[in-house]
Amino acid sequence: MSNTTLIEITLDEPLLEVKFRRLEKRLSDESAYIESERCYYCYDAPCVSACPTDIDIPGFIRALAVGQAARAAERIIQANPLGASCSRVCPVETLCEQACVRMHEAGGPVPIGLLQRYAMDHFDLDSMKSAESVEIAALHAKPKVAVVGAGPAGMTVAYLLAQAGLMVDVYEAQNLPGGLNESGIAAYKMLDDAAQREANNLLSHPKIHVHYGKALGSGLSLPKLREEYSGVVLAVGLQKQRQLHIPGEDLPGVVSAVPYIAKMRRKEPVPVGKHVVVIGGGMTAIDIAIQIRLLGADDVHIAYRRGEEAMGASTYEQQLARDQGVFIHHYLRPVAIYEKNGQCGSIQFQPTHILDGQLQDQGEMVTWSVDQVFVAVGQQLETESWIAGTPELQLDSRGKILVDEFAQTSLAGIWAVGDCASLSGDLTVHAVADAKIAVSSMIADLASDMRSCV
Amino acid sequence: MTPDLSSEFVGIYSPNPFWLASAPPTDRAVNVDRAFKAGWGGVVWKTVGVDPAVINVNGPRYGFWQGDNHRVQGFNNIELISDRPLGTNLEEITEIKKRWPDRALIVSVMFPLDEAIWAECLPRIALTGADGIELNLGCPHGMSERGMGSAMGQAPDLVEAVTRLAKKNTSLPVIVKLTPNVTDITWSAAAAFAGGADAVSLINTINSIIGVDLDQMAPVPTIDGRGTHGGYCGPAVKPVALNMVAEIARNERLGHLPISGIGGIGNWRDAAEFMALGATNVQICTAAMLYGFRIIDDLTEGMKTWMKGKGYRYLTDFVGQAVPHVSNWNMLNLNYVSKAFIDVNRCVGCGRCHIACEDTSHQAIEKIVDTGRYQVRSEDCVGCNLCVAVCPVTECIHMERLESGVDPRTGLAINPEPANWMQHPNNPLNQPVVKPSLEKKD
Repeated sequence: MSNTTLIEITLDEPLLEVKFRRLEKRLSDESAYIESERCYYCYDAPCVSACPTDIDIPGFIRALAVGQAARAAERIIQANPLGASCSRVCPVETLCEQACVRMHEAGGPVPIGLLQRYAMDHFDLDSMKSAESVEIAALHAKPKVAVVGAGPAGMTVAYLLAQAGLMVDVYEAQNLPGGLNESGIAAYKMLDDAAQREANNLLSHPKIHVHYGKALGSGLSLPKLREEYSGVVLAVGLQKQRQLHIPGEDLPGVVSAVPYIAKMRRKEPVPVGKHVVVIGGGMTAIDIAIQIRLLGADDVHIAYRRGEEAMGASTYEQQLARDQGVFIHHYLRPVAIYEKNGQCGSIQFQPTHILDGQLQDQGEMVTWSVDQVFVAVGQQLETESWIAGTPELQLDSRGKILVDEFAQTSLAGIWAVGDCASLSGDLTVHAVADAKIAVSSMIADLASDMRSCV
Repeated sequence: MTPDLSSEFVGIYSPNPFWLASAPPTDRAVNVDRAFKAGWGGVVWKTVGVDPAVINVNGPRYGFWQGDNHRVQGFNNIELISDRPLGTNLEEITEIKKRWPDRALIVSVMFPLDEAIWAECLPRIALTGADGIELNLGCPHGMSERGMGSAMGQAPDLVEAVTRLAKKNTSLPVIVKLTPNVTDITWSAAAAFAGGADAVSLINTINSIIGVDLDQMAPVPTIDGRGTHGGYCGPAVKPVALNMVAEIARNERLGHLPISGIGGIGNWRDAAEFMALGATNVQICTAAMLYGFRIIDDLTEGMKTWMKGKGYRYLTDFVGQAVPHVSNWNMLNLNYVSKAFIDVNRCVGCGRCHIACEDTSHQAIEKIVDTGRYQVRSEDCVGCNLCVAVCPVTECIHMERLESGVDPRTGLAINPEPANWMQHPNNPLNQPVVKPSLEKKD
């Protein structure tokens, strides 16, 4: 029996333009003005409290209203160095906009996300300044610190520490920065190389030195980093793709979503099926479903073992997927994937339901014919290759690095931020919020060390 | 190069040119302290008067006109000057000036035309450490019925007399705050100048009735079935204030009298406009009353951003820069010809430019039958700009100068040489003088 192969497609610029540009929501100059005028300029504004990074939302919107978009952007960056990325990927309907006091008025909330996007689009990212804060400039010596991982959390930590006057060495396993922001987020959200430009800017700070191709367990040892640096921040993300643990998972045509998106974003050819099933209920499931649909899949079905309310993907994202013709099915647990012509040919599901708060099987199995299956059920921290050297470093029940409210790990002098840390949420904006916490904790620590030395 | 906002006004220094005007926000120490903490460059303390202090109404003091989006466009008040004893105010002023030595602190005063009072009170004010005196000659309600406020400000000889009285009794700089409720603001400014004023500040509020309650058949704000005229301020008064500032700034006889600009300033751009028209600094009240002292951030940061973009290092780089370009109508170039142009790609087809032009102007805009969009017929367009005003789309209609060729409306060649009314043949002064005949016609 001869193996059939799927068509391979390279997501190059022209294709991005044709297929993905129309998904982009942006404000025209006049809409931005009109919307900025709708902001009440609240005092102690609920939207600011709802933003994990405390962006001065009324403040930046006011700058837009008086015709100074670049100043609006500066204001955003002061609170959130990844302001451009966040304006593209934040589920604002569950964060700032849901808190807007105009939420229940005619016309709805002020479109904060789109206004932030507008401001950031009018900002020359290359002009990001590098002012040293007074706080740390007062220290006698400038300690050197290490950041492991150049994803959203790591980049932000490095940038903020550098701004505070510290010398920062960043170690990154890949050969380019950005982490999931660069590789794990749908291409249509990051048109115009937004994530890459932002990353290059943050890391081009003169006090930051990035070493590529270095990861814990391969070229880096945590005990050694502890010795060499005054402080270490782990921002390694989650590298291991969670598996379904069902028969047929290793068949050709069954693909982990995140590495696939990464490949796509690197403009490498990727196979595109005709009948596609995506397993999972988070943002990644939506991201891959929409992209594969726009790249030519005839039908795309997301199958999630729980109900809509449990899905990690925002309502907005789910609607966007439906608008692109993606079907979303709930209460289906994958049981097995079967082979046909040397690759996956069908997938079998057990319907489920919730009984007494527990997910239980119920009803007849269903089998769908399929030629490509994406697995988007999350990621895990990979520790096997490096954790042996530091047995004191505690993990939580999900295998993430245990941290306290100051992002400090169980090992003195080591902080952990972003997806790899136990307390972090999984959004880009959470990574930035984490980074801010870790940086102030670290600076306070280093400052008190310095004082006790004197 | 970071722009420097530090400001000097009649020898009074402040870290930025933004002062809070004499009004409720500067009524007491607790407010002023908060204002300085927020970053305001200076404060003109709420007008003090003689004891016993005035009494305010106990009902609504403010009326307002709200425009789109419930935003306050115009604001009117019937509040009087400080209703606290003079001594209390002076104690608090002393304490605040001690706490904030780098900020400007001016005391606004309103006393009757009685030399003994000025001779007693001004030295007491000087002892507080305050940097200057502002004479409130503008309040149009309540105080004016007692012969003070705008009752003084509207009579040039009284303006001169009271300024002279103030100057005689203090060595502090004296700023005369002018009322706009006059026929010609330059008369008031000239009187202040003649009386020895160090500077003028303007405008005070405009006499107004902001609205009528049609159920109570009384002006608002209504106090037990009655209302009174009040002082109008807020964004709506800015154009009036800009003109008055410009009239003084470009008047040669007023000898470059320093001006503190007031009237509807809400953001950096408003402030920059006042300063371009000759105001050395600006005073703000309504915007702070509507949004709080935090607007100072937007004022300072916005001003710095704009200055940086323009390459201005100091405020003096742009103060007064627009003054030479303000002129009388008869000096405008009548050979300058401009026409409206509609960008069909931006036109949404609402037809508002057409109907405005058709009904009330020069019938120069027509519908393009195929597309439902509109276009300008240059042969009818007088370049009046009405279509630009009514068009709801940004940058859809713009005015463009005809540099050469023939104006299709007049059929005359465009003359590149400027010519104003004084040179125009239609000006009666340029026509041969015809002496009227004294002979009776039969």
